[in-house]
Amino acid sequence: MSASHGRPKKGSLPPGGTAHSAKGAQTSATFLLDGQPVPFDEGQTILEAARAAGHYIPHLCWHPDFPPHGSCKLCIVKVAGRHVSSCAMPAKDGWEVESNTPEMNGERRALLQMLFVEGNHFCPSCEKSGNCQLQALAYDLEMTTPRFNHFFPDRPVDATHPDVLLDFNRCIFCELCVRASRDQDGKGVFALTNRGIHKHLVVNAESGCLGDTDFSKDDAAAHICPVGVILEKRVGFAVPIGQRKYDARPIRVVAMEEDKP
Amino acid sequence: MPFELETAANRENLRRVAIDPVSRVEGHGKVTLLLDEAGIVQEARLHIVEFRGFEAFIQGRPYWEVPVMVQRLCGICPVSHHLVAAKALDRVVGAVPVTPTAEKMRRLMHYGQILQSHALHFFHLASPDLLFGFDSEVGRRNIVGVAQAHPDIARQGVLLRKFGQEVIRATAGKRIHGTAAVPGGINRHLAPEDRELLQGQADQMVAWSRAAVDLARRLHETDPALYDRFGRFDSGLMSLVRADGALELYDGHLRLRDAAGTVVVDGVADQDYARLITEEVKPWSYMKFPYVTALGPEAGWYKVGPLARVQNCDFIPTPLAEAERQSFLAYSGRAVQHAPLAYHWARMIEMLHAAEVIRDLLPDPDLLAGETMAGGPRRQEGVGIIEAPRGTLIHHYQVGDDDLVTWCNLIVSTTHNNQAMNEAVRRVARQYLDGKTLTEGLLNHIEVAIRAFDPCLSCATHALGDMPLAVELRDAAGDLVDRRVRDG
Repeated sequence: MSASHGRPKKGSLPPGGTAHSAKGAQTSATFLLDGQPVPFDEGQTILEAARAAGHYIPHLCWHPDFPPHGSCKLCIVKVAGRHVSSCAMPAKDGWEVESNTPEMNGERRALLQMLFVEGNHFCPSCEKSGNCQLQALAYDLEMTTPRFNHFFPDRPVDATHPDVLLDFNRCIFCELCVRASRDQDGKGVFALTNRGIHKHLVVNAESGCLGDTDFSKDDAAAHICPVGVILEKRVGFAVPIGQRKYDARPIRVVAMEEDKP
Repeated sequence: MPFELETAANRENLRRVAIDPVSRVEGHGKVTLLLDEAGIVQEARLHIVEFRGFEAFIQGRPYWEVPVMVQRLCGICPVSHHLVAAKALDRVVGAVPVTPTAEKMRRLMHYGQILQSHALHFFHLASPDLLFGFDSEVGRRNIVGVAQAHPDIARQGVLLRKFGQEVIRATAGKRIHGTAAVPGGINRHLAPEDRELLQGQADQMVAWSRAAVDLARRLHETDPALYDRFGRFDSGLMSLVRADGALELYDGHLRLRDAAGTVVVDGVADQDYARLITEEVKPWSYMKFPYVTALGPEAGWYKVGPLARVQNCDFIPTPLAEAERQSFLAYSGRAVQHAPLAYHWARMIEMLHAAEVIRDLLPDPDLLAGETMAGGPRRQEGVGIIEAPRGTLIHHYQVGDDDLVTWCNLIVSTTHNNQAMNEAVRRVARQYLDGKTLTEGLLNHIEVAIRAFDPCLSCATHALGDMPLAVELRDAAGDLVDRRVRDG
């Protein structure tokens, strides 16, 4: 696979999806997203159609290069009284979808709070600060407190690779690195192991060390982490805080600009 | 016991008085006094009751994260920790020297830090005691009281501090906890609009700093009996100085003068600090007691900070501050000034120096353009030393081949002054408290002595893990019965 370095490939779609074009669409199917009509093609998910029409729905584990994963639940929307993952739910004609509402954003905030207490997220000294989707979403959704008790898990870093550091403290189990390494890099360096509260990211080597794999800092998986787990070494704070991706504008604006040609 | 009043003989029969917390200092500390039936002080200790733990949790972190993480030790002088960590790690990445742009940006940041911290301490924390009296009405003894009684002084203090904070913002990216200094250099240039902003105010800051030195000197001249005697004790003086002996706060070598003013150690490179200093642990405080190894714990302790620096250097390399230094030396007849309250005067001379340095550095073209990063052969270890507002600050790191910090030692300014502050507390206790009915005003005398050192108690207690402890059991005659030692 080509090394896309994790940036959205324009027009790429999950298997089974069909190319959407606002002008050339044969269908007139639409749904209402927070009262706004959104056209879609048969098979397109709510999140994809909304995005194509210029509407942002928050997400962490979804990525345009990969099939829906549906694990982070940040893209949760309310349809016909049910809460569903918009990244995995195909759109239906005439639906009324609620996304940017106090109720849905409250659910997202609670999910973020659980993610924050589950790992060790110390933004003040984290080199991903300002480039981190978890942090950016927490700001955008106005998460002001962790609310739950911190787990403070013991997750030692893996510094065995000469070029890349793994800081497992920040992992949110989105599996983007797992998918990118397997599907794009053809290497299968990462996996999640165990279940439930014991779930964690592991490296596919007998030693468990990244340094004993064929992982490269040029791999797609090296650039896809939405948080601060997979980090190129010796970069750190080369770009000042204040000049980073989400420092000046919120993630809902930055994410939609990335979709523009 | 080597130090008078450190430990009383019959502690169980004595009355205990605690000042808890000590106010108008950074962080938390307390003073305990033990008095006998006649009200004579038998024991006086400044305890540091806070606990930080940085030396332990930096271990296992990647080195490039350290300058940003370690500055969280403190909200008052984070810049000092930020810069000294970067300086130590410059060694690890082989950036010796860093580029002129990096050196000048960091220097500007540091002198901004000195200016804002000194202004904060003198005007906000210390001036209420000095302007109203140590036992004046407690409700008025604060910066609001100063603003009501002396609005011009308070206003200049607030604006001087603000200017220092603006210098920090322009160089570090944020007023507190910036990210500009990185191992090997700096990650930004000074913005032209920020330079213009700062240059527009720089002359005013020099003028107000001169007025502040003037105020400190007049306090001494008005009441020399108080200012020269209060809590006075003699000790050595330690600080960095420049190669030519000039006052130097960003980079230099270590010099030690004895109490009489003779230079006894000079030219110690920052990388060799461990050969000069040993840290002693005592069971009653989280803060260690450093001393010059060759002189031993009883004779080898010293003062750091403005009072040490202004007298340890041979000259100040900016004219207005040097003129004030000469006036300071003349006041004590060129004998070493050891009075704790003279810290305030020396601090204001340094603030003036910082204002002059900032003013003179701002036009430098290297701030706006030029290479920001340097590098060279990788090393496993690095030491950084800087003169933080409160005194000599040492960071020492060891880094493994995998880029993770394996070991770290931090000796912060207030730790160097630990014995000195305890001495000042004991002298004041003897001078003012013995045999008296203790009032708030009298107890504030103890705090005034501590405040003179501008201690940062939160920075000073960073060790974590098994603290090395020595427990001694003595009989009524003071003879050692049993001794247990746990090494850290």
